[in-house]
Amino acid sequence: MLIRRPSGVRPSQITSEALYLNRRTVLAELLAGGACAAVRAAHGAEQAPPAATLQYTRSTRYSIADAPNTYEEITNYNNFYEFGTDKTDPARHAGSLRTRPWSVTIGGEAEKTGSFDLEDILKPHALEERIYRLRCVEAWSMVIPWIGFPLGDLLKRFNPTSKAKFVEFTSLADPKQMPGLRSDVLPWPYMEGLRIDEAMHPLAFMVVGLYGRELPNQDGAPLRSMAPWKYGFKNGKSIVRIRFTEGQPRTSWNTASPSEYGFYANVNPAVDHPRWSQATERRLGGGFFASRQKTLMFNGYADEVAGLYQGMNLHRYY
Amino acid sequence: MTAVSRTLDQRFRYLYKPVVFIACLVPLLGCIGGILRSNRLASVPGFELGTDPVRWVLDTLGKTALNLLFLTLLISPLRQLSGDVQLLRLRRMLGLFVFSYALLHFLTYVGPFEAGSWTEIRKDLAKRPFTAMGFAALLLLLPLAVTSTDKMMRRLRGRWQRLHRLIYLIAPLTVLHYWKMLKHEYREPLVYGSILVALLAFRAWRRLRARAPAVTAAAASARAQRLTSRCGPPKARGKV
Repeated sequence: MLIRRPSGVRPSQITSEALYLNRRTVLAELLAGGACAAVRAAHGAEQAPPAATLQYTRSTRYSIADAPNTYEEITNYNNFYEFGTDKTDPARHAGSLRTRPWSVTIGGEAEKTGSFDLEDILKPHALEERIYRLRCVEAWSMVIPWIGFPLGDLLKRFNPTSKAKFVEFTSLADPKQMPGLRSDVLPWPYMEGLRIDEAMHPLAFMVVGLYGRELPNQDGAPLRSMAPWKYGFKNGKSIVRIRFTEGQPRTSWNTASPSEYGFYANVNPAVDHPRWSQATERRLGGGFFASRQKTLMFNGYADEVAGLYQGMNLHRYY
Repeated sequence: MTAVSRTLDQRFRYLYKPVVFIACLVPLLGCIGGILRSNRLASVPGFELGTDPVRWVLDTLGKTALNLLFLTLLISPLRQLSGDVQLLRLRRMLGLFVFSYALLHFLTYVGPFEAGSWTEIRKDLAKRPFTAMGFAALLLLLPLAVTSTDKMMRRLRGRWQRLHRLIYLIAPLTVLHYWKMLKHEYREPLVYGSILVALLAFRAWRRLRARAPAVTAAAASARAQRLTSRCGPPKARGKV
C-alpha cells in the first residue's frame, strides 16, 4: 500500500488552536493595530507586542484612555528583587522560573482552605483586559494593559469568615529559581497584604496576562495582584500563598524600612517619600525630554477608592 | 632634555594623553548617541538607554564621575610605587573630566529628571541629605577645576596643594551621596567605600613612614639617655 505523505503543509503554517479559538479578538486586534501602530511609532517602540493568545474581553468601565506603554517597556523594566535589584535583571534572569505546575495555598480565616492547583484557581473566572496606571514608589509610572479577573471574585470562593480583616499574599521564594534571593536586601519571602475591603474592591485585580497573552515571568507570572491606586510594591508577584488574617500582616518593604514604606502605600502626591517627592512622576515611554506630570491622588482612582479611607489620617497611615 | 626623556615626552603627548582623553569621552558620546537614537532624532551609534533613558543617563554620568574620581586618587600611589612621573600629568585631565561629568550629572538632574522645577529641587536640597551631599561635592570641585591651570598653580604655590586636599572631603561625600541615594542596596557603595579607605590608608602609611626614621632616631637617643641617667656608665658606677 502506498502511504502518502501528508499534504505539503508545514507545522509552522498550521494555525494554532489558541489562535483559531481567539480569531475574533485577533482580527479586532489587527484592525485596531493600524491605529495603534501610528501611536506606537511616535512612542518610539522597537517591537510590536506579540499576538494575543488568551481569550478575554475588554473592560471599558475600568480602563483609562491613555496609550499603554509598549510590551518591550513593560517587560524590560521591572522591580522584582527575587531576580536581582537592577531594573533589567528580571528580564535577564526570570527565564529560570517554572510557572507550571503551580499551586496556591489558601489559609487562615476562611471556610475553604488548602492547596489548590493553579488551573483550579483560574477555571471559574472569565478574563478581562483592564488598562491601569501603574505608579511606582520610585516616582516613575507606566500604563499597562493587564489581563485578569477581580481579586474579590477569587477571594469570595473560599468563604472568608468574619474574622478575616486582612489578606496576606506570599510570593515564591525558591533560591534554585530566583538568584536574587541570595541578597538580604529584603526579608524573604516577599510578603504583601491588603485590608479585606481593599482586596474586595472591584478595582483590585488578579493578573494572569499582559497584552493579550500569558504574563511574562519578569512581570510576576503566573499570578500577581494589582491594586492600581497603590504604589506598585503593594502587589505580590508569583503568588504561592493567600492567607486571611485578623491582624495586619507583616509586609516586606514595611519591615525593611518602616519610615519609607507604609502598610497602606496609597499613591498620594501630598505625602513625600523621605528621600524624594511624590508630587510628580516621570511617565516612562516619552523619551529623554518628556516632562514630569502631576501625580494624582490615589493614582487617579480617587472617585472609586477614596471612600475606603474616610476619616483616616493619610499622613500617618501612608 | 635627553633623547630618552624627549621620546617619552612625545609618546606621552601624542599617544597616552589622547588615548585617555578619548576613553574619557566614550560615556558622554554614548549617552548623546543613545538620546538621539531613543528620541528618533538620528540613527547614530550609542548606548541602549532602555525604558527609562533619563535615569540611565543620570546614573551613567554620575557613575563615570565617581569612577574617574577614584582614578585620580589612584594616580599618586601608582606614581609612588612605579616611580613614573608622567602619570602625574594625566591627573589634571582626569580631574577636569571628573568635574565635567559631575556637572553634566547635575544638569541632567535639574533638567530632564526634575524637569527644571526649582521648588522641587530646593525641597530636595533642603530635605534630602543625599542630594545636598552630591551638590556640596560639585561645589567643592569647582575651585579645584578653576585652579587647575599652570598659571594658578604658580600663583598659589604652597596653598595650591592645600586647596587640592579638598578632594579628601569630596571623595567621601560622593560615596555617601551614591550610597544614600540607593534603595537598600549597599554592596556597590561598600566596594567604593573600601577602595577609598584603602587609598587613604596608603597615603597615611606613606606619611607615617616618611616621618618614621626621625621618630625612631629621637626615641632611640631618648632611651639611651634614660638608661645612662638611671644606671650611669658601668665604669663610672664602679668608681662611686
